[in-house]
Amino acid sequence: MPTLHRLDTQEGLDHRIDHVRGVVPAPVRPAPRRLGAVLGAVAVATVLLLWLGLDLHLGLAVTGAFLLYLALTYVGFRVAAGARVATDRLMRGLLYGAFVVALLPLCSLLWTVVTLGGARVVNPDFLLQTMNGVTGLHDQATQQQGQLFIGGAYHAIVGTLLITGAATLISVPVGLLTAIYLVEYAGRSRLAHVIRFFVDVMTGIPSIVAGLFAFALWAVVFGIGTKDGMAGAVALSVLMIPTVVRNSEEMLRIVPNELREASLALGVPKWRTIVRVVLPTAASGLASGVTLAIARVIGETAPLLVAVGYARALNTNLLEGPMNTLAVYAYYMFTKPLSPAYRDPSIERAWAAALLLVLVVVALNLSARLIARFFAPTKR
Amino acid sequence: MSKRIDINDLNIYYGSFHAVKDVSMVIEPKSVTAFIGPSGCGKSTFLRTLNRMHEVVPGGRVEGDVLMDGRNLYSRDVDPVDVRREVGMVFQRPNPFPTMSIKENVLAGLRLNSKRMSSSTADELCERALRGANLWSEVKDRLDRPGSGLSGGQQQRLCIARAIAVQPEVILMDEPCSALDPISTLAVEDLIHELKSDYTVVIVTHNMQQAARVSDRTGFFNLEATGKPGHLVEMDDTQRIFNNPGKKATEDYISGRFG
Ligand SMILES: Nc1ncnc2c1ncn2[C@@H]1O[C@H](COP(=O)(O)OP(=O)(O)O)[C@@H](O)[C@H]1O
Ligand SMILES: [Mg+2]
Repeated sequence: MPTLHRLDTQEGLDHRIDHVRGVVPAPVRPAPRRLGAVLGAVAVATVLLLWLGLDLHLGLAVTGAFLLYLALTYVGFRVAAGARVATDRLMRGLLYGAFVVALLPLCSLLWTVVTLGGARVVNPDFLLQTMNGVTGLHDQATQQQGQLFIGGAYHAIVGTLLITGAATLISVPVGLLTAIYLVEYAGRSRLAHVIRFFVDVMTGIPSIVAGLFAFALWAVVFGIGTKDGMAGAVALSVLMIPTVVRNSEEMLRIVPNELREASLALGVPKWRTIVRVVLPTAASGLASGVTLAIARVIGETAPLLVAVGYARALNTNLLEGPMNTLAVYAYYMFTKPLSPAYRDPSIERAWAAALLLVLVVVALNLSARLIARFFAPTKR
Repeated sequence: MSKRIDINDLNIYYGSFHAVKDVSMVIEPKSVTAFIGPSGCGKSTFLRTLNRMHEVVPGGRVEGDVLMDGRNLYSRDVDPVDVRREVGMVFQRPNPFPTMSIKENVLAGLRLNSKRMSSSTADELCERALRGANLWSEVKDRLDRPGSGLSGGQQQRLCIARAIAVQPEVILMDEPCSALDPISTLAVEDLIHELKSDYTVVIVTHNMQQAARVSDRTGFFNLEATGKPGHLVEMDDTQRIFNNPGKKATEDYISGRFG
């Protein structure tokens, strides 16, 4: 490649290290601009050829074209610009590929729930009706004769909000106070080690075990088989507390010690320093940590099935009788359709509940960000 | 508003590590006392014992007496919180509270102690503290903006304003200018000069010219070897320390022939 070489000496700098005997520096050559575009075009053309021309499956065509693109990129850039640039391009290609692969399931999931559940969710009837009195006959009429679709998830939405809310009310004080103890008071004491160990153990508890724990606790306290919303809230808080402790501990730890000292040096007592300086400084992180912890348990199915049971009608009393929640609702509609012979309406309800759950989780994640921004210490 | 401090045979420990040994000295009221010495010799550690901030460090403890106008700060019936309201502190790195505005920062010591305050009193105290810290004219139009938006030197003066707003007797400063540019350093040094008419000021500095410029008396700390405790070599009028020190070690350190 004589031309390229001339380019080198013209545009590249004459480094002193180039003149040291026994040193052969890796060449630094500019990467040709057009090559990337050409290779991209080749890749797209390959996809079209394999897909439309040879009638291969689209996924197979894309994978094949991607591999070809990687090979061509490496060879092309190696010839044109040397090994360093070629490796760089190859790695970039792999990274983008990995990114797409990671995103595919998410997009596919969103697409599926939106297409299958979207129609029900935008209908206010679904959001405002319960399953009270709805039977397989109604579903049969809907599917066979096109009668009005009845039966919604109102009771499940309310149940989800109530149970998760109660779980939050239990978990946040316990978790936050534990974290405050660990960070501000415990130091390196033995008790702190023990607490951390058990918090870690709790993090690994399978959710069904949490559900059975609540079920068993209620059986002992209120009699065997007692199911109510509060039992579900207890089961969820068993799952939430360790997350809240860990998140909050992390957030409290990154509050600079200088701020604590500044406050103490003003003659502010320790507890007031924690309440008025440490917590506000960490507020954004604490709030978003709690929100994410909620998002993690809001879709739990198994523990609620065990501890709360299943209700067809609206029940807003956490202390009495089974309630419904979105995840359990979806599970029931899918596995036990109202009318086994005419499943479509039930399946449709299941997808709609799934979509609602996804929407709630997305909303929680977004609000975590908003909360973080709202509480964040302002810079200017 | 200023008090004399007598320190008798003070020994300071971090757990089992003996950091500073057998310090005795007198800190005069309404004067500026400077501590100089190589790094690691325990200047900061010693300074922090004067308002009982040393014991905030896990394992930190002290033997000996620190008497403020005759009252032992370390006697059993003295609450450290009380001591800190009387002995304010300014740290090496400016550390305004990031969640608070300039005004809230100045009033933090009062607000955090939940003293009830009318808003006119608050305004007045805030202005007085900021004037006292030579910062009023620079920030009077943006009292409600966050303190972290100020320059480093302004932030440090804000921290000084915060310290003097609780009207302490003594102000401790641990290398208050080491994170500042020369202009801001000058502003803070001027301020230290003014502060001594009202307060007892104790300042740690690694900058000998600064000690010579701002202080009335200077103490030189040293340590024999790493791992050994630091100790006070000598303490005298700043003039004498810099012109005619009593000890060889001091002379070596001051003339740069150290180590
Ligand atoms: N938090 C701490 N825990 C344990 N040892 C410390 C701590 N802070 C300082 N030390 C030790 O105490 C000695 C004095 O430190 P310091 O007072 O910071 O010195 P100076 O301020 O004079 O540079 C040093 O040996 C240092 O390693
Ligand atoms: Mg120091």
